[in-house]
Amino acid sequence: MRSDAGILPESASYHRSIGDCVLDLMVRNCPNLRALGISMRGTKTILAFGPKSSRKGTDHQEEVKMKKSVFLGALTVAGLAAGLASAGTMDDVKAKGFLQCGVSTGLVGFAAPDANGEWDGFDVSVCRAIAAAVLGDAKAVKFTPTTGKTRFTALASGEVDVLARNTTWTFSRDVDLKFTFIGVNYYDGQGFMVPKALGVASAKDLDGATVCIQTGTTTELNLADYFRANNIKYEPVPIETNAEAQQQYLAGACDVYTTDASGLAATRATFENPGDHVLLPEIISKEPLGPLVRHGDDQWADLVKWTLNALISAEELGVTSANLAEMSKAPGNNPEINRLLGTEGDLGSMLGLDKAWAARAIAAGGNYGEIFARNIGEATSIGLARGLNAQWANGGLIYSPPFR
Amino acid sequence: MTATTDTDKSVFRLSMLIYDTRYRSLTIQAVALILFMLGVAWLLNNAAENLAALGKPLSFGFLTHPAGYDINQRLVEYTSQSTHARAALVGILNTLLVAVLGCITATLIGVTVGVLRLSKNWIVARLMTVYIEGFRNVPVLLWIVLFMAIFIETFPQPRDFRGADATASMYLGESVALTNRGFYIPKPVFYDGSWIVIAVFVVSLIGMWSFARMARKKQEATGQILPVMWVNLAIFVIPSVLVYFVMGKPIGLDMPVLKGFNFAGGFYMRNSLIALWLALSLYTAAFIAEAVRSGIQAVSHGQTEAAFALGIRPGRTMSLIILPQALRVIIPPLISQYLNLTKNSSLAIAVGYMDITGTLGGITLNQTGREMESLLMLMACYLTISLTVSAIMNWYNESIKLKER
Repeated sequence: MRSDAGILPESASYHRSIGDCVLDLMVRNCPNLRALGISMRGTKTILAFGPKSSRKGTDHQEEVKMKKSVFLGALTVAGLAAGLASAGTMDDVKAKGFLQCGVSTGLVGFAAPDANGEWDGFDVSVCRAIAAAVLGDAKAVKFTPTTGKTRFTALASGEVDVLARNTTWTFSRDVDLKFTFIGVNYYDGQGFMVPKALGVASAKDLDGATVCIQTGTTTELNLADYFRANNIKYEPVPIETNAEAQQQYLAGACDVYTTDASGLAATRATFENPGDHVLLPEIISKEPLGPLVRHGDDQWADLVKWTLNALISAEELGVTSANLAEMSKAPGNNPEINRLLGTEGDLGSMLGLDKAWAARAIAAGGNYGEIFARNIGEATSIGLARGLNAQWANGGLIYSPPFR
Repeated sequence: MTATTDTDKSVFRLSMLIYDTRYRSLTIQAVALILFMLGVAWLLNNAAENLAALGKPLSFGFLTHPAGYDINQRLVEYTSQSTHARAALVGILNTLLVAVLGCITATLIGVTVGVLRLSKNWIVARLMTVYIEGFRNVPVLLWIVLFMAIFIETFPQPRDFRGADATASMYLGESVALTNRGFYIPKPVFYDGSWIVIAVFVVSLIGMWSFARMARKKQEATGQILPVMWVNLAIFVIPSVLVYFVMGKPIGLDMPVLKGFNFAGGFYMRNSLIALWLALSLYTAAFIAEAVRSGIQAVSHGQTEAAFALGIRPGRTMSLIILPQALRVIIPPLISQYLNLTKNSSLAIAVGYMDITGTLGGITLNQTGREMESLLMLMACYLTISLTVSAIMNWYNESIKLKER
């Protein structure tokens, strides 16, 4: 006899079809996708690619389109790493009419939105120069803020065309992660910032300290190596973005903040009392920072590489935003300037662009030196000296191969 | 007429798969299954081909390479020289830790709040409603971040404890330090002879259990109620304390002391763990409270009235009559809530808690660039954990289900 069992819902024992079970399993057992660091936009982009046959050329575009529609209807995780399926990044960018550029989530001086919401900074200028060279419009850039963790997935999946986000050029990123670093726009090294009140004079005094560190960065690995090599203990506090690090550091939840020395200077510049914090003298690593693109599209890599070189050469040759218009009118005495600005020869067509591409890139934000001075130079609140980043002729490492 | 039917039965033609209602549904199911499997196969093949085209064929070799990064909260031995697999294990244990802690607290809070929401006291019932609706209707990620922010901003820094003009002080006789980096609490230290105290303690636990059993049997047999609580309290405290002093206090406490940048010694509960644990517990407890309330309300009011008619007091009515029956309604949704809590713990990365998503699905994925492998493993981990929780809870559900005889 069923006494009061009638009040029970049947959920404990009711029969479910196989379909119900599968659905149930998926809904119950798949954790929050966002927490896995996959943005839905990124996933969609990845999923939009067909099998590798579509990589081969424009004649496959119809096929790609068809596959796209089939795909988007269907699925889940299948093509997570399936980055490279387009006719060529340059054609894509031209067809879209804008450049997709991955930048940091906000590091004043390097990449941060200004008061009007326009992205501005040292890394941003590279993106603007590329957009000016390819599309003739420095504003035709869509910026995607990426964290240390999401940046490579964003680039590999095709969500961004170029990543200009103070990213260190390392062997494994270049070779194993299948990216092409197109050069170095800032030579950096990892440093430590501590509150002056702690009275710490050297990184070797940091035994037992709590250290804020951005996850997914080379600094994380350098930190582990440095403390192990010096046999000192520390407590890492992993954080996602520079803003979070700043919050924790200022609240005293960590004693030390470590990242690239330039990043520390930029962060300190935004503090209420920058003077209360000191950068320790130790620079514990080499961090050559530069823009990168995906493996496998050499035309695009060349274009990005030579746009950066054009900015560097322009400084070396004395081409500035002030004299650019005049210099590009007619051929001058210096043949290299003429080749750079397209008044002599036709370097642009070798890249698949017109003659004035480099002139446009320089016009976007000035030459390398002007970009440096305006965003992070000694006259700004960040106040970085050129140091290693001076032109080679002035004893620095910044050096562009010749335009010939 | 009968003759034709007979021939129809004996002859099977292919067209009957579509036109005969006896076979049609089978055909449709078979076709659907084949299409589904083809679809899955195509997706897998496509993923494999694309990975190969990228030059990154599926390979789990990276798991044996040194991880190279440090993890703050480690329940097992781990250094930056350990392998990625070891880092993943550390992450899994951290996930399990916060999930187990969270499930326990969420259940305690949930049951209490669920019962209180049905209270006749207007203020108590309304307060519980506000709590439930507040937590249930705001995403858990926001709660986690909020708790962490409050934590970091309100508690003092370790350096505030230092010096003559310290602005913060420790609690409970200098034994507990509440800082914005987490809580430092005393840790028991075991010296020689401590095992005797522990053994005595275990024996007294067994004694408590057998006395309770004896008392219940006696009550069932004779109706005489023994003072179980007081006797058991005595068994719990007296022998252990006696032996503790006789053995010369073999168990001590390791007190946290301010040393260098941080407190040293004692247990260190990190701010990320506490914030995550609290947020997950309070959030999930709101859902559990609703399940509890619905379970209680599903028990016919006649049961309460019958209990009152027998002279049973309200507290005992709830614990002896209503809750055991309500449990059958509560358990199935409770399973879902436990699973939700476990999966929501993957939001840990928002506060820098190094769970499996933070190690395997975060740093390892990023440093090795093995997205596909890491995510597949990550999903397998969560699937395993969830299915295990599910299995255990279903087994429990079976055991308390109404047994019809």
